Amino acid sequence: MGFQEYQVIGRHLPTESDPTPKIYRMRLFTPNEVVAKSRFWYFLRQLKKVKKASGEIIGVNVIHEKKPLKVKNFGIWLRYDSRSGTHNMYKEFRELSRADAVKALYQDMAARHRARFRSIHILRVVELEKTDDVRRPYIKQLLVPGLKFPLPHRVGKTKSTFVARRPSTF
Amino acid sequence: MSVSVSPCPPPSWPRPACIRASLAGQGRLDESNFQRFVEVGRVVLLSSGPCAGKIAVIAEIIDHNRAIIDGPTTSVPRQAFPYRHLSLTPLRLTKLPRGAGSGAIRKQIEKEGTVTRWENSAWAKKRASIQKRRSLNDFARFEVMLAKKARRDVVRKVVAKAAKASKA
Repeated sequence: MGFQEYQVIGRHLPTESDPTPKIYRMRLFTPNEVVAKSRFWYFLRQLKKVKKASGEIIGVNVIHEKKPLKVKNFGIWLRYDSRSGTHNMYKEFRELSRADAVKALYQDMAARHRARFRSIHILRVVELEKTDDVRRPYIKQLLVPGLKFPLPHRVGKTKSTFVARRPSTF
Repeated sequence: MSVSVSPCPPPSWPRPACIRASLAGQGRLDESNFQRFVEVGRVVLLSSGPCAGKIAVIAEIIDHNRAIIDGPTTSVPRQAFPYRHLSLTPLRLTKLPRGAGSGAIRKQIEKEGTVTRWENSAWAKKRASIQKRRSLNDFARFEVMLAKKARRDVVRKVVAKAAKASKA
């Protein structure tokens, strides 16, 4: 399941007391448009006195990555509810797009903390332009000039169930 | 009290290889037993996907699982590709800068004649012959059998002649 970055714009419905309500815009990372709109209302009703029943969505757009073949380092701030409390976190990812980085984040949070999509809020996604801005050693180790490494212990896949020779891994 | 303890080696002594290796930091791979590395410029053979069987070049390393590969002369589009689905070849483009574009890679490939070097390698020839053999139908296999018999016949006759000549 891939993620996409959506821009959702919405507002409170015009009323007699407020004929021109404030317009709100949000950037959301979701698998599809439906979830994007749902998350928009979820976040907006936490922040402002607007809810789906009394509001409208003006537009939903996909935000595409500008350079989808350039390798970038992303820093992501997030907040998540664990079984015992709420935590803030900062993680770094090396990916080709913001949406890919967020997807990797959800996978990482699911693996390390058993956290699901519903218990994670993404606060900020920032592309780290400078190498000095990278904080985590697991990303720093990939930014070494002249980086190279071997691929040890490669196990080939055999098509048949029975083979004459045991696989060699070197 | 004059038991001579082996003195600390003066700094001018050559250090043992293991210490030298650890001091060299990144350079320690030079003393590695591995021959092929994931590195910028490494020529790789793709083993699955729509471009399976074609060669490409690593343009940039993404992480320990994926790299950006590009094969402008072998019609492999620039893409992120997992190491699981490729094999490293002994070939490598020298002096390819990190994150080089398709144009620069094409120029370098053509300059170094990498594609012909790959096609002349034993690995590529073996792959080609296996592919050819797989594409044969029953009649073609029969023809191969006849050709092999003819070749055997010639060899057998020459050997018999030579044996007779040596005996006489």
